[in-house]
Amino acid sequence: MFARRHHLAPYVLVIPSLLAIGILVIWPTIQIFEFSFQNYGLAQLVGTVPKQWIGLSNYSQILHDPEFWLSLRLSLIFAAVAVPLTLITGTLVGLLLNRLGRRMSTFVAGTAMLAWATPAVTASVVFVWLANPDGGVVDWTLSKLPHWLDGGAHWNGYSWTNAPLPAYTLIVLLVLWQSFPFVAVTVLAGLKTVPSELHESARVDGAGPWRIFWRVTYPLLKPIFLVLLLLSIIWDFGVFTQVYIVIGAGNLDEYNLGMYEYQKAVSPPPEYGVASALAFVLTAILLIITVGYVRSSVRQGAVK
Amino acid sequence: MTRVSKRTRKIGLNTLALLVGLVTLFPIFYMVSTAFKPATEVYSLTPHLLPAHPTLSNFRTVLNGSALSPAITYWTFLKNSLYVTLSAVVLSAGIALLASIAIARFRFRFRTTYLIMLLIVQMLPQQALVIALFIDYRSWTPLGTSNMLDSLSALILVYTAFALPVTIWMLRNFVAAVPRELEEAAALDGAGPYKIYWKILLPLVAPGLVATSVFAFIFAYNEFVFALTFLSVDTRKFTLPLYVDYFYGRSGANWGAIMAASTLFTIPPMLFFLIARRRMASGLVAGAVKG
Repeated sequence: MFARRHHLAPYVLVIPSLLAIGILVIWPTIQIFEFSFQNYGLAQLVGTVPKQWIGLSNYSQILHDPEFWLSLRLSLIFAAVAVPLTLITGTLVGLLLNRLGRRMSTFVAGTAMLAWATPAVTASVVFVWLANPDGGVVDWTLSKLPHWLDGGAHWNGYSWTNAPLPAYTLIVLLVLWQSFPFVAVTVLAGLKTVPSELHESARVDGAGPWRIFWRVTYPLLKPIFLVLLLLSIIWDFGVFTQVYIVIGAGNLDEYNLGMYEYQKAVSPPPEYGVASALAFVLTAILLIITVGYVRSSVRQGAVK
Repeated sequence: MTRVSKRTRKIGLNTLALLVGLVTLFPIFYMVSTAFKPATEVYSLTPHLLPAHPTLSNFRTVLNGSALSPAITYWTFLKNSLYVTLSAVVLSAGIALLASIAIARFRFRFRTTYLIMLLIVQMLPQQALVIALFIDYRSWTPLGTSNMLDSLSALILVYTAFALPVTIWMLRNFVAAVPRELEEAAALDGAGPYKIYWKILLPLVAPGLVATSVFAFIFAYNEFVFALTFLSVDTRKFTLPLYVDYFYGRSGANWGAIMAASTLFTIPPMLFFLIARRRMASGLVAGAVKG
């Protein structure tokens, strides 16, 4: 059609998007890399002192910074716990939705959709309220549990945000609540493409649900699971809003990598050079996982 | 394994489903319930599921702005949010439509590179890029006097750019689904490319534009990191997520009012989600039947 007459048409059509993404996404990424080799602080931002290239010293500073290693460890542990939990829960709910009657599946899918639609800011504030030491419903429920479930009065006024372990337990539950619906809906969409005869014949052969999942469902949906796994790793490793609201500024020992990097840039005195080095480390880790994501997308023909 | 009767299994599955649904619903339910509780019940040592004496006073506090000093009403923040969000939605939908036509209808050099670029760019962490964007906006003075910080235009530009990779990616499938024959027939009838574009393609990808706009809306309406960093001095320019966070940090744990603000903030994306999912599903079914 217009292709024959307008050889330049596709280039003209992609120019606006290239400009927007180039200036506002790709250029800042390059700048972060540039700043990470400079002594960029408040004086350089205001312009009283010129910026200088200082080689790798921002990087060597963060490598010798115990706070960096602590935050990196927290990010890794968080992803290692949250990702499998989200994938398993989401898959189980997807399998459940596939076997429910119409009314029940609408109900469960509806509640999942509401959790999915809840903004991260709202979800974080609500979870902080649920787990609040003064009048929160979580502490009250735990204090009423029987002793063999570790219930009891010691839960009264228990603070969930004062130490890394309880704070990240809360954030794991929060992130799980917000992200399992996407996994469930995607797995369900995948399950609808599996011919039901395959399940029938496996069942006739006497296979239980566990065997059917691993022998029939999983191999067929493997590409979907791979994409879900990579996306979950990228999202959970880079989690920010939830951490910012639940933990808040100032609790240095509870920062994950994203939060530590952000606070370096915004809390006075701002250290843009060091923050950029941290930002680049974070970006590089995510890009390595993204390569896997891109490769699996290309293999599935998404780039055609 | 003992054989379980079909009936027992069905009851078991439904009970499990009910439990999953209720647990998932609980945080939202409790947010709304707290929003309607008077202070005495919010801070009661034995929490109750439902307010015993429901009140609108929390909503009133939020709407008339008396929770903040100086008082700023909820409508100010809603107006900011809607202005930023709708501008970004319109801009990104327009730009994405052009790009998706290029991808779906043309073979061109660097097409694959462009597609892979989109996939990579959407994974870049926003809390990393915000450092450079903050510095850029601070030094950029398009009107000569003030810089771009504390301006809603700064947010519109960033939201447009960050929504683009996914909106282009979504929209190109809708464009690709429109049969080329329609356009070719119109071209044979003597219609020029722009007429074909406006009269044939645009109406047919309209459902796709709705779906991608919903995505862009939810992204821009919920966005937090950029708003947090760019808007800091002028509270009157805050968007809703920033307002909820600010209020949560300032209100001295006025949980009833915080939950009322959160509820009001959360209603639009929830409605959008529920409506759009039904729309998209029915659109898909309609297409399949017409085949």
